[in-house]
Amino acid sequence: MGQERGIEVEGLVREFKKGPRAVDGIDLRVEPGEVYGFLGPNGAGKSTTVLMLTTLLPPSGGTATVAGYDIVHEGPQVRASIGAALQEAALDPFLTGREHLHLQAALHGLSRKERRRRGQELLERVGLEEAADRKVRGYSGGMKRRLDLALALVHSPRILFLDEPTTGLDPQSRSALWAEVSRLAREDGVTVFLTTQYLEEADVLADRVGIIDRGKIVAEDTPEALKAEIGRPSVEATPAGTSDRDAVASVLGQFGEEIPAQPGAVAVRLTGGAAGLADVVRALDREDVRVANLRLDEPSLDDVFLEKTGRSLEGAAEDEDGEMEEAQ
Amino acid sequence: MGGASLLTQVAALARRSTVRTMRQPAVIISALLFPMMFFSINASGLDAASKIPGFPTDSYLDFAFAFPLIQASLFGAVTAGADLARDIESGFFDRLSLTPMRPVALLGGMLAGVVALGLLQGVVFLTIGLLMGVNISSGVGGMFVIVLLTVLVALGFGGIGAILAIRTGSVEAVESAFPLFFVVIFLSSINLPRNLIEQDWFRFVATINPISYLVEGIRSLVITGWDPQALALGFGFALAIVVVAIGGAAASLRTRVV
Repeated sequence: MGQERGIEVEGLVREFKKGPRAVDGIDLRVEPGEVYGFLGPNGAGKSTTVLMLTTLLPPSGGTATVAGYDIVHEGPQVRASIGAALQEAALDPFLTGREHLHLQAALHGLSRKERRRRGQELLERVGLEEAADRKVRGYSGGMKRRLDLALALVHSPRILFLDEPTTGLDPQSRSALWAEVSRLAREDGVTVFLTTQYLEEADVLADRVGIIDRGKIVAEDTPEALKAEIGRPSVEATPAGTSDRDAVASVLGQFGEEIPAQPGAVAVRLTGGAAGLADVVRALDREDVRVANLRLDEPSLDDVFLEKTGRSLEGAAEDEDGEMEEAQ
Repeated sequence: MGGASLLTQVAALARRSTVRTMRQPAVIISALLFPMMFFSINASGLDAASKIPGFPTDSYLDFAFAFPLIQASLFGAVTAGADLARDIESGFFDRLSLTPMRPVALLGGMLAGVVALGLLQGVVFLTIGLLMGVNISSGVGGMFVIVLLTVLVALGFGGIGAILAIRTGSVEAVESAFPLFFVVIFLSSINLPRNLIEQDWFRFVATINPISYLVEGIRSLVITGWDPQALALGFGFALAIVVVAIGGAAASLRTRVV
């Protein structure tokens, strides 16, 4: 019964002593089989939300069900339905990867034979079969993350919580983890609740994205719809010489309002959409304005964040970190 | 799935606890070496105490033999408590909490590790003690009872270590309690029989200190033979500590596992 339900959250609140509300009355709904990206800067309330939804932290208010079970009153049922890889890959440095999997499997009630089979299957799936019998203290960050994911999957959960699973990983490890998360969702139908501060990660993996800032969800939709809401793409031109900057700005200004650009460059949001790029090129040519580089940018989730909060995601992370330190 | 028996869970966690302890040679060596060092130093340095009129034996070595057993139990408890606190600090505890693990299994697993270490310490110390010339008046049967009482004491101390770990979630807090425990041990009849302690306040503290009765229970088996009263008090206090400490740890655990 619970297996066909996703995640439903209404007015969820978490307050800490001497601090602002870490999570301030959020509502969200994740459908079964969906990958939901929870995007926001550090300290926005992502991890606190995950801790509440995984029953590790009691909420101060609101309600939530996971797999159809109430997170406050049906904790054991929630925990039996979910897998979770939390922000820090919490592993025992003195145990091997295989021993971790066997311990987790034993606690989930798998038989000895099933523990061995499932352990081997997961080690192969996350590419740790060669390191399986080495102590975890010798693992790299990427290997620990992959083992963490394998541990979350031991009991074949229908809902998976991944709290910033790729933070601190090199690009190769990040890609491997993305591939596995995509496979879990597409092939196994696992519902994934993924928190991230990486725009690209949310864009690549998530069917829908919720953007959280200062404990509140400020936007929620598919990445495409969110970007479409911002609407128009932008064009950025880098003048060939510093003396050409005013001329470039003058030409581009005919095609849309100016927006912040890279140092030395000029950018505008195209009023007529991407099709206006050809007109921009023609106008630059007609006015004999030389440019070193011309680039068309589709709206990004950072543009969405900027639009909704007035800050870019990167800058927001620094602000929130400062606030968190003060609150602590 | 989700139907792991309590025994399976305790066995899995006990195995983990034991394996991680065995893979830290420094912990094992400290747990075995330091109590024996203190024992050797005390036995040679305080040997003259056995000449005091009324001293229960003419061998201070026999008298002091309870010391390494009690101290080793303390070492084991602090190690286990620190391990549990480390699990809380690192998030490993949360990982376990996300499984259908019963809280009592976590406690059982941890305490099984304490018992395993206590058993090892008891057997090793007994062997070394015999090699050093300790005479166990109660014979082979008494040796088994000494190990049993040592394990019970380790279990009780382990429960106290667990309470500290669960309540504070801090390795530092657990480890900083070690000197306090040490003081409590010294404020007992560990170095002198209670009737020979001259200072009234010290004798009073030693009399109300449960450690004295644990020490005297073990000591009676070494020096006297089978002393029902000393054994009843020793086992009685040990069991009381076990019940209170493990009960307290279980109650503390319920507040941490949602």
